Amino acid sequence: MLANDRVNLKVAPGEIHALLGENGAGKSTLVKMIYGILAPDSGTLLWEGRETRISNPRAARKLGIGMVFQHFSLFEAMDVVENIALGLDTAISRKALDQEIRAVMNKYGLNLDPRRIIATLSVGERQRIEIVRALLLNPRLLIMDEPTSVLTPQEVDDLFGTLRRLASEGCSILYISHKLHEIVALCDRATILRGGQVVATCDPKLETPRTMGEMMIGSDLSDPARGTAQIGGNVRLSVRGLSVPKPDDFGVALNKVNFDVRGGEIFGIAGVAGNGQNELLDALSGETLASRADIINVDKRAIGRLGPTARRKYGLCAVPEERNGHAAIGNFTLAENAILSARTRLNLERQGFIDSKASVSFARKIIQRFSVKALGPQALAGSLSGGNLQKFIMGREILQEPSVLVVSQPTWGVDAGSASAIHQAIIDLANKGSAVVVISQDLDELLRLCDRLSVINLGRLSEPRTTNDVTVEELGLMMGGHHASGAEGDVHAPHA
Amino acid sequence: MRLMLEKRLEPSRVMLVATPILSVVAIMMIGIVIFDLLGYDGFDAVWQLFVTPVIDLYKWRDVADKAAPLILIALGLSIGNRAKIWNIGAEGQYIVGAVAAAGIAFMTQSFTGNWIIPLMLAAGMVGGGAYAAVPAGLRIRYGVSEVLSSLMLVYVSLQLLSYLITGPWKDPHGMNFPQTAQLTDAQTLPHELGSTGLPPGLLIALFATIIFTIIVDKTVFGFSIRAIGEAPHAARYGGFHADGIVWLALIISGAMAGLAGTLELMQLTRLNLGFPSGYGFTAIIVSLLGRSHPLGVFIAGIVLAITYVGGQVAQTVVHVPNATAGLFQALILFAILASDILVRYRIRLKSSAVSEVRS
Repeated sequence: MLANDRVNLKVAPGEIHALLGENGAGKSTLVKMIYGILAPDSGTLLWEGRETRISNPRAARKLGIGMVFQHFSLFEAMDVVENIALGLDTAISRKALDQEIRAVMNKYGLNLDPRRIIATLSVGERQRIEIVRALLLNPRLLIMDEPTSVLTPQEVDDLFGTLRRLASEGCSILYISHKLHEIVALCDRATILRGGQVVATCDPKLETPRTMGEMMIGSDLSDPARGTAQIGGNVRLSVRGLSVPKPDDFGVALNKVNFDVRGGEIFGIAGVAGNGQNELLDALSGETLASRADIINVDKRAIGRLGPTARRKYGLCAVPEERNGHAAIGNFTLAENAILSARTRLNLERQGFIDSKASVSFARKIIQRFSVKALGPQALAGSLSGGNLQKFIMGREILQEPSVLVVSQPTWGVDAGSASAIHQAIIDLANKGSAVVVISQDLDELLRLCDRLSVINLGRLSEPRTTNDVTVEELGLMMGGHHASGAEGDVHAPHA
Repeated sequence: MRLMLEKRLEPSRVMLVATPILSVVAIMMIGIVIFDLLGYDGFDAVWQLFVTPVIDLYKWRDVADKAAPLILIALGLSIGNRAKIWNIGAEGQYIVGAVAAAGIAFMTQSFTGNWIIPLMLAAGMVGGGAYAAVPAGLRIRYGVSEVLSSLMLVYVSLQLLSYLITGPWKDPHGMNFPQTAQLTDAQTLPHELGSTGLPPGLLIALFATIIFTIIVDKTVFGFSIRAIGEAPHAARYGGFHADGIVWLALIISGAMAGLAGTLELMQLTRLNLGFPSGYGFTAIIVSLLGRSHPLGVFIAGIVLAITYVGGQVAQTVVHVPNATAGLFQALILFAILASDILVRYRIRLKSSAVSEVRS
């Protein structure tokens, strides 16, 4: 099996070039070779016309190749300048670096005080640090790995402005993303990978997100069908005045969160990462308890003081954002991961003893019903790709037929094919009469799936809005802290 | 050309079993070289240490006597290891368990009946378990590392032992030796169980190994311990309470150490200053060498017992110091910790210089 098989890729100066493909298509392997993290077994790399061998990232940076990773490597307790200094290959005085950073930020319209501590920054601001870090090297090729997955729509616009300015100065940009409409808006050319091979190159301006998506998966893309939703059933999940203190210095406190979800309804919670989504999910799943039982109710039963196992018994299942290490255990087999959360509802245990036969056959059922690509129930969860593990986890919860399902970032980092399968499964569950809560940073996902939407900002939940009469712009402003009513006392300053 | 470590897609199950065996073999090789350099007959020394106890039938009995406490203590420790809760103080729990059993013996000196032995065994387990509950409580309430508190409590237990045997529990007919009175027949187990010829301690260890195997492999409790150790967040999501596991893991390991201490007391028939023998520390090596699985622990306990007996043999035959056995035990621990990397990584020869960078 080859991760990259005879791939040809050409990027012109000043071109914004998209690299597209499902998870495991070989995008990361390709850019890691360009950035010197991996070495190709064969083939040549021409840098500005000359054949070059890039043996490590330091050599890549020396040539003028910069990379902004999907996951940031920043120290929470240090300020911006210190973090940037740590990533530099050459020593430079703090004062000079401070000036250089300000100069780069002014030039590209990036707005950020270099002396702020990382822990106080939003995700969008953190990404700007990584971009500045790359720009300080005067790169002639900038690689961006899924840069927009954590940004508000306004922040995405700002980022695109910066990237266009860079490109106009002759810097090439290699842009990896799953969000096809962004590629249509931003990129000049696109190379599409499937199974490690280039399957197409195209001009995104002449394509639609749908046609490119179909090139990615190599078959027709099916839109999740919502059908005629049967909303108007009874309230199945009711949250009344849920407040939770900050779990730690870097967490967010929840402040009097209220919402109801009826049977058959999909309720969306939008928001920029780090505004209380994880705390809300933990409070709903039972990992943190509410201060009173009647704060959280499932089918009129007060469950606020019950732990995860008892809440599952009464019908509330949850899928946290972090797949590996929270929703699943990487070093456990799929069958063991089935036991983790499904043992109570599906009788995978009897009087304290594990029924391994039943757990293996349940894991097999998930694998079949949700077309999980895995060697079998005994495969380690950590050996699955992100999208496949997510399908497995979603399948594990959905096949328990919960009356309430709470999901966080159901398709984060998941390829288009798996994402549409997961969306369909969520819709099917709602159509069967369950109440579903979807917490996501992806507005497109929420607008497509949900009947009603709220925005979470600094641990507060906005008034719910019906999906049909709210615009992306409004939601974007609410995510930045502006509420349409304007009545909120402490409005969080928007990120410029 | 140079050697490179390459991450495996999955941890190697072969290496999981092979590395403990390779560790022991590697240490035997190193031992031969070191003893030769020191002027001893290296091959003979290692032979006496590792092989004579196995091929000499008369030594089997000694091996079984040493293996039983090691296995019992290490079974308990392996529960903690799986949850990544590190009880370093089994030696102290072993002593306090024996002290508690000796307390019962002290009070039942004038009685007979077959209720005394079970009562002593229970007292030993309660004593050891209670002593291990101290670091558990400190960790949960104040976040104190159980590594430090459990180790420090070993030294407290030594003081307790020496106070009791030089003071209130001193044998009045003991010619002023610091020791307790000898246990009565009703307070000791026979040296061999019926016709089997096996010491009762080893049979109890075998029985405990079976029980622990079932707990670890078949029960939700065993599952929860592994889940807490692998991914505390996921365990919480699965509905397991980390605090409860900390209590249980430490109390179980303390109770097992207390049981081992009580059985040892019944063999030696009295407490004296020589009672603390280091089994509690050696058992840490046994639990790691056995990969924290009960079956592995059983085998590793026998291997380490062989080095104990072999140390005495080598001392008399090759005239190496008796401390040699401890040296080898420590070397085995180092080798197994170092070779652990082979479970997750494979060694490869690479022709080109490529650096691996975490992204």
